[in-house]
Amino acid sequence: MTAQESAVLGRTVATEQRLSPRPRRGRFGFGRWLLPFYSLLALVFLLIPIVYTIVFSFNNAVKTNISWRGFTFNNWLNVCDEAGVCAAFGNSILIGVVATVVATVLGTMIAIALARYRFRFRAATNLLIFLPMATPEVVLGAGLAAQFLTAGVAKGIGTVIVAHTMFCLSFVVVTVKARVAGLDPALEEAGRDLYGSPAQVFLRVTFPLLLPGILAAALLSFSLSFDDFIITYFNSGAIQTFPTYIYTAATRGIPPQANVIASAVFLLAIIIVVSTQIAGETRRRRLARASVES
Amino acid sequence: MATSSFADAGADLELVGIHKRFPGFTAIENLNLLVPAGSFFALLGPSGCGKTTTLRLVAGLEEPTAGQILIGGKDVTSTKPFQRPVNTVFQSYALFPHMTVLENVAFGLRRRHVGDPITKAHEALRLVELDHLAARRPQQLSGGQQQRVALARAVVNRPALLLLDEPLGALDLKLRRQMQLELKTIQTEVGLTFVHVTHDQEEAMTMADTVAVMNKGEIEQMGAPEDLYELPKTVFVANFLGQSNLFTGAVSETTKDTIAVDVAGNRIVVPKSRAARHTGTVTLGVRPEKLSLLTTEPDAVAGQNVIGPGRVIDVSFSGVSTQYIVEVPRLGSMVVFAQNMVFGPVVDRGSEVWLSWNVDHGFGLVDDPHDVPRFPADDDTVSIAAQKRVELTVELED
Amino acid sequence: MAITAFTGSATVQEAVPRKRSWVALVLLLPGLLYLVLFFLVPLVSLAITSLEVPSATTFGQYDAAFNWQTYGVVVSQYGTQILRSFLYALLATVFALLFSYPLAYFIGVKARRWPILQGLMIVLVIAPFFISFLLRTLAWKAILSDDGVVVGALKALSLMGPQGHFTGTPVAVVFGLTYNFIPFMCLPLYTTLERLDVRYLEASTDLYAGPFHTFRTVTIPLSLPGIVSGTLLTFIPAAGDYVNASSEFLGGTSSTMIGNVIQSNFLVQLNYPAAAALSIILMAIILVIVSVYVKRSGTDDLL
Repeated sequence: MTAQESAVLGRTVATEQRLSPRPRRGRFGFGRWLLPFYSLLALVFLLIPIVYTIVFSFNNAVKTNISWRGFTFNNWLNVCDEAGVCAAFGNSILIGVVATVVATVLGTMIAIALARYRFRFRAATNLLIFLPMATPEVVLGAGLAAQFLTAGVAKGIGTVIVAHTMFCLSFVVVTVKARVAGLDPALEEAGRDLYGSPAQVFLRVTFPLLLPGILAAALLSFSLSFDDFIITYFNSGAIQTFPTYIYTAATRGIPPQANVIASAVFLLAIIIVVSTQIAGETRRRRLARASVES
Repeated sequence: MATSSFADAGADLELVGIHKRFPGFTAIENLNLLVPAGSFFALLGPSGCGKTTTLRLVAGLEEPTAGQILIGGKDVTSTKPFQRPVNTVFQSYALFPHMTVLENVAFGLRRRHVGDPITKAHEALRLVELDHLAARRPQQLSGGQQQRVALARAVVNRPALLLLDEPLGALDLKLRRQMQLELKTIQTEVGLTFVHVTHDQEEAMTMADTVAVMNKGEIEQMGAPEDLYELPKTVFVANFLGQSNLFTGAVSETTKDTIAVDVAGNRIVVPKSRAARHTGTVTLGVRPEKLSLLTTEPDAVAGQNVIGPGRVIDVSFSGVSTQYIVEVPRLGSMVVFAQNMVFGPVVDRGSEVWLSWNVDHGFGLVDDPHDVPRFPADDDTVSIAAQKRVELTVELED
Repeated sequence: MAITAFTGSATVQEAVPRKRSWVALVLLLPGLLYLVLFFLVPLVSLAITSLEVPSATTFGQYDAAFNWQTYGVVVSQYGTQILRSFLYALLATVFALLFSYPLAYFIGVKARRWPILQGLMIVLVIAPFFISFLLRTLAWKAILSDDGVVVGALKALSLMGPQGHFTGTPVAVVFGLTYNFIPFMCLPLYTTLERLDVRYLEASTDLYAGPFHTFRTVTIPLSLPGIVSGTLLTFIPAAGDYVNASSEFLGGTSSTMIGNVIQSNFLVQLNYPAAAALSIILMAIILVIVSVYVKRSGTDDLL
């Protein structure tokens, strides 16, 4: 434990003593442990189906992957043996990437305009951003499908990308806007004061400072797109994404290869999240230590 | 400390008839100001008096509604901030968190394509004695260190004019004193023109050659700190810069050199040279430390004003001096600072006392305490609400 | 994440916009145009579709008309499903809130002393996001199936009759909705509770409030923005969901929701006007509920 941490702990303990003149219930009493114990159980409950999915990716299933028939690595080694799984997965990645890029670019532009400029129809703009988030997916999906139907557009990858970009856009705006609003305007003023032209200030001050927010928005977009089923199902026509594949396969039984792909994506995402968290934590500690030393 | 490359002299700054109106309120009205080249100039005033707006106008971060800004005789009113030979030390320092200390300092040099920015940045960091931390990120530094980096980042550009926006506001008292001294030293060393905005009268008086006291968008009085203190011209200056005892009354007699004023039956004399008005009703004042506290009624002596008897209603001991509040019938309460020449207070609460001071220590003001403000203060809730409403209307119109 | 983003908008003070410029127009136009084209116009085309009449010649073709009777027809035909959807969504929201609040409170307030533990727990809360929600729901279906462990155990303990089912019942649908939206509830709660200044709680204790009063009069009001965005993020998608209620997943014939009806009318029966009319009704009810709720809870700035 660093000196700082123990100092913080010391302070908290001191505060507690000051605030509770009356004797507390036993230090190891029931009430004290109820909340941690509940939280533990709650997390376990949240993880049950995830563990189930991962475990059944190793099931030596014959036709359906419902009952346990023994452990095997075959599903992991031969993911693409099951027709359709890999193709659907590929489609999902393609759609996710394109929708993310477009939504992130358009959304970031709107976010900067909302936080930094004064313009007409401000309230209307905010409403237009908020509404797609407050609309049930089934309405968004049916609406777009009705429009494509009226316009005579054939459903396919393109229509799915259009749909995904639409619902990701609002989430990008909200995420990036929070970041822009949290940005000290004095930093940009300092850039201008130090002889930076507007373009240079954007490139060297504003953009680098917004980057973490933009990246977070992009990750969010991708995960929303990757896991979307309802809107996709209305607009995908003959092509299949990973979720629509699972939905249609559900009637005849999900092949274990689907579990393999889901598990792999899950583990990858968890590794990314945990490692960024650990990196952030070490960085924070290093900064804290350095500022104590200097 | 290194000095070599910061030898350029600063330029003078002239503001001519500056007006700045924001929706719903006026921040600055008809401001005229001349800051001589190479001086350390302080703009002193309470919050909301327009001093920060003035600074932002000079930096080019705001545009004046009317008026001209001249730097070194050149009109810069319509130029953008990055085209002005001006740099600012921001109140929050505004150090770029994504760059090292060195890159922060080199930023302005790089933008102007000055040769060898790294060497020059190191040199500036040596000036503020932080070169050993050049590779650090700003958030790894303490408040005082960040402040010095902000100073180096501005000074390195050798601007004609350096603006300091309450640069010491975020520091604790001890560090403040230390930084005040350092700032002063650096200014003498680099010879730039410093314009320093602050609400701290002590800071302004210790650091600046010239202090301008600003109130409600106008300069009330400008001059050397000791002149402002000893001979304030307005009620606002008399009260904002230190404390004053003020009396208002009609002029009862006039001699060649002095006027006498009748204040509720008391005769108070002040030299004509130290009074702004010589006829009619005038307001006089005297600083609390100029008053002597007497326990017996003194004989009338020429050249001394005496009032009393009054009663001591409060005594508060503050180490160096003791502050007494004396209630004088029909004159109200007067404040007296007495040096602690002996141990503890010399008179107790409830004592009967007389107050006297040298006629030459009094001063006469141009205005009276209850003058109507020129325009309403911009920081009360009513004007903030008005401002908000105007903004909303603008938005609704859209 | 989505959720943090949602609360972010509620709590971060919007910086005062400073400039008025054509740059704003350039920045806004492409994105707003996109939303108009692929969000607003589709809503309009839904409205138009809902008024169309079947073509006399071909099945699945509809002609422009002003046949507002469709609305009456769908309401009388699917009134039960509409009511049921909102009932299920309400129940799922309440259960998710009750489930999530203690958890979010523990992570956001109690676990502050241990940043590593706090980080790990919040990763576990959002972990379900990273695995297909269809697979998670199917996993529950398998776990809770009639020959699964849970039902078997309940039957062995005579807590469930020998003929008892779990999957295919309304209980299972509400259970599935609750489970799937817990992370959406938990994250905004966590973000507001994590910022909750404990000194307020200390001040409340100092002013003679017991734990219950402190919780009711200080903690809850201060975490209201999180509660509002959490409940909205749960209620809105839950009301329109049709995966949990579909019979391949946790639902059955007695638990059909409005989403299932829209889906089958649109994609199976090709009865576009009925699907469109139901969508419009769903959207209208949700908008009314959301705006009343947001107004009542005094968190208008969410918009």
